[in-house]
Amino acid sequence: MALWVEKHRPTSLDKLTFHSDLTEHLKQLSSSGDLPHLLVYGPTGAGKRTRIAAILREIYGSGAEKLKVSQRMFETPSRRKLEINLISSNYHIEVNPSDAGIYDRVVIQDLIKEIAQTQQVATSSARKFKVVVVHEADALTRDAQHALRRTMEKYMGNMRVILCSTSTGKIISPVQSRCLLVRVAAPSIEDVVGVINSVAMKEGITVPESFAQQLAAGSKRNLHRALLMLEAAYVRQYPFSDTHDIPLPEWELFIKDISQSALKTQTPAQLMAIRKQLYEVLTHCIPPTTILKTISTHLVDGVSEDLKPEIVHQAAFYEHRLQSGQKAIVHLEAFMAKFMSVYKRHQMASV
Amino acid sequence: MDFFGRPKPADQQSAKTKSAQDSSKAEEKQIPWVEKYRPKNINDVTAQEEVVQVLRKSLETKNLPHLLFYGPPGTGKTSTILALTRDMYGPEAVKTRVLELNASDERGISVVREKVKTFARAVVSQSDPRYPSPPYKIVILDEADSMTTDAQAALRRIMEKYSRITRFCLVCNYVSRIIEPLASRCTKFRFKSLPREQAVGRVSEVASLEHVSCEEGAVEALVDCAEGDLRRAMMSLQSASRMVENSTLTAGIVAELVGVIPQPVIEKLRGSWTASTSVSDIRDVVDDLIYNGYPASQVLAQLHDRAMADEQLGSLQKAKIALLMASTDKALCDGADEHLQIMDLMVQATKVVAQQA
Repeated sequence: MALWVEKHRPTSLDKLTFHSDLTEHLKQLSSSGDLPHLLVYGPTGAGKRTRIAAILREIYGSGAEKLKVSQRMFETPSRRKLEINLISSNYHIEVNPSDAGIYDRVVIQDLIKEIAQTQQVATSSARKFKVVVVHEADALTRDAQHALRRTMEKYMGNMRVILCSTSTGKIISPVQSRCLLVRVAAPSIEDVVGVINSVAMKEGITVPESFAQQLAAGSKRNLHRALLMLEAAYVRQYPFSDTHDIPLPEWELFIKDISQSALKTQTPAQLMAIRKQLYEVLTHCIPPTTILKTISTHLVDGVSEDLKPEIVHQAAFYEHRLQSGQKAIVHLEAFMAKFMSVYKRHQMASV
Repeated sequence: MDFFGRPKPADQQSAKTKSAQDSSKAEEKQIPWVEKYRPKNINDVTAQEEVVQVLRKSLETKNLPHLLFYGPPGTGKTSTILALTRDMYGPEAVKTRVLELNASDERGISVVREKVKTFARAVVSQSDPRYPSPPYKIVILDEADSMTTDAQAALRRIMEKYSRITRFCLVCNYVSRIIEPLASRCTKFRFKSLPREQAVGRVSEVASLEHVSCEEGAVEALVDCAEGDLRRAMMSLQSASRMVENSTLTAGIVAELVGVIPQPVIEKLRGSWTASTSVSDIRDVVDDLIYNGYPASQVLAQLHDRAMADEQLGSLQKAKIALLMASTDKALCDGADEHLQIMDLMVQATKVVAQQA
C-alpha cells in the first residue's frame, strides 16, 4: 500500500492544483516543442519534483514514467571507483550527484557528455533531446558547476538539463544565466487545505474544516508533510474530532521539551542534561540546522520582547558557526550555554 | 530518430501541416541565440572599442602577443577571440589552427603536458590564402581561472618555448587567479561591463531579428536585470520568447523570469523596520518570504539597494545597516541557513532604525 503522498501525487500538468500561472507557463514551454535548461527552485514540499515529473510526462508521454534504477561506475582521475545510483527512463536520467561527494565533477562530466553525445535511438521518441535531471543542485561543488557551464551550451542540441534546488544562492551565476529560472513557492494555507480535502475525498474520509486548517498551519506550508500528518492522524484515530491534536513528529516534541527545560532552569547541571538530550536527537539523524532552528523558535516565544532580538542574533551566529565547523554538538551546546547565560543575566537585572 | 524524414508523432499533434521548412526552423531554434548571434568578425564585437582597435592592428601587422582577457561574464571575451581567429585563418583553417579548451574539459596538469604541448609544437599546417593567416597557431584557454596552479605553472615554459609557432590566449573572470609568471607573459586586456545603451541596442536588434515583439521598457528591463552581462540578457530574451509565443514581452514577465523579487515584497520588508514591530511580526514576514522561495542572496541585494536609497534613514543608520548586511552576506556565502540569517538581519535592522527614531 502506497503512502497517500505518493498515491495522490499529480502525474500531469493538468492535475496540478495550485500555482496555476506557473502551470500555464510550463504548459506553454513543454508544448512549444523546445525546452530551455531549467532551474527549478523553492522550499521543500512545494512540489518541485512533482512539477518536473509532470513536465517530463508532458514532453515524452507515459514512457517517461517507466523508471528503472541502475548503478553506474565512474572512475576519478586518481583511479578511485565510484558507484552512483541512477534513475532513468528511455528519455531522461535522474542523478543525485551529492552522492559522489567531492567527486561530483567527474559524474557530471562523464554522464552528461555521454548522454549528450549519444542521440535518441527510439524512433517513436517525440523529441530530439534527452533530459538530465540533477537533484539537490545546490549541493554541487563549484568545480562541478563550472563543468556544467560549457557542456550546457555545447550539447544543447541533444540534451537539456533540469536542475532542482532549494535556493539559487549556491548556484553560480554563469549556470543561472544559462537556465530559465522557475520558482515554485510553497502552497498557501488555503492551497494546502484544498489538497487535504481533495485527498480526503478520494480516500473516502471526512476531515473537519478546523482540523484541516490546523494541519495546514502545522505543516508550515509543506504539502508533503501535511499529507503525511493527515495519514498519521488517520491511522491513530478516526473519525476526527474538531479538537483533535495534530500529530507532531516525535522529535519536534522532544526538542520542545529541551527548550522548555532550558527556559525553566539555567544551571550547569541542566546544561549537562540538555547535552544528553541533544545527542539523542542527533543520533536520530535530525539535521543540526533544523534542531537549532526549532529550539530558537521555541526560545524566542518563551522570552520577553526586549530579549528576543538577542536570541535571534545568537541563533544566527551559532548556526553560521555550525556550517563552518565540523562537530555539530559543540555548536548546539554553545548556543544553549549562551542562551542560559544571557537569559539568567537578563532575569537578574530585572529583579 | 527521425530516419525517413517523417514528421514525428508529437509534432503531428501540435501542428498537422508542418512543412519541411518549418522543421528546419524548429531545429534552428534549438541553437542558443548567444551562439547564433556571436559576432562573426572582429568588427561586429559590441562595445570594447579599445580592445578591438588593438586587435585589428595586430591583424594588419600579423603580429600577435600572448593574450590575457579578463573581465566580468558576458562582456564578449570568448566572442572576441573566436572572432579574431576566424578573421585570421578563415572558417576552414580555424579547425586545425586553433585549440580551444575550457573548464568542461579535463584540464589538469597531464592535459597541459600532453594535449597542449603536442598541439603547441606541431608544425603550422596549410593556410587559406584569402586570409592573413600568420604563421602561428592559437591555443585558447577559456575559463583559465579555474585551472589549477600546477597546470598554470606547467604552461609557463611551454608558452615561451613554442612562442614562434604558437600563441596563447587566456580568458578568465578574475585576473588575480592567474599566477603572476603567466600573467606577465601576456598582454592584458580588461573587458569592461557593457554600457547600457549598447547592450540595449544589441538585444533589441536580436529581438527584431527573431521576431519577438517587445513592449516599451521590456528590453531595458532585460538589460538592467542582467547587470552588464550580455549573455544573460540574451538567454533571458530567448527563454522569455518561448513563454510568450504569440504575445508581447512585457517588463513584468522579464522580472519574473530572471528571478527578481517584486518591489511590493521588498517594500513590506522595509516597512517592518519601525519601532513598533515586534519580533513575531518580523517572523511572520520572513516566514512568508522564505516560503515563497525567494532566494536570500537576491533579497539581500535588493533590500540593500532599497535601504541605501531610503531618504528616511540617516547616514549613521545606513552605515550600521550596511554593516549588518555585509556580515549576513558573508554568512550566507558560508552556507548558513537563509531563514535564520534573514531573520537576524531584519531584527537587528529594526533595532537600528528604532534606536535613532
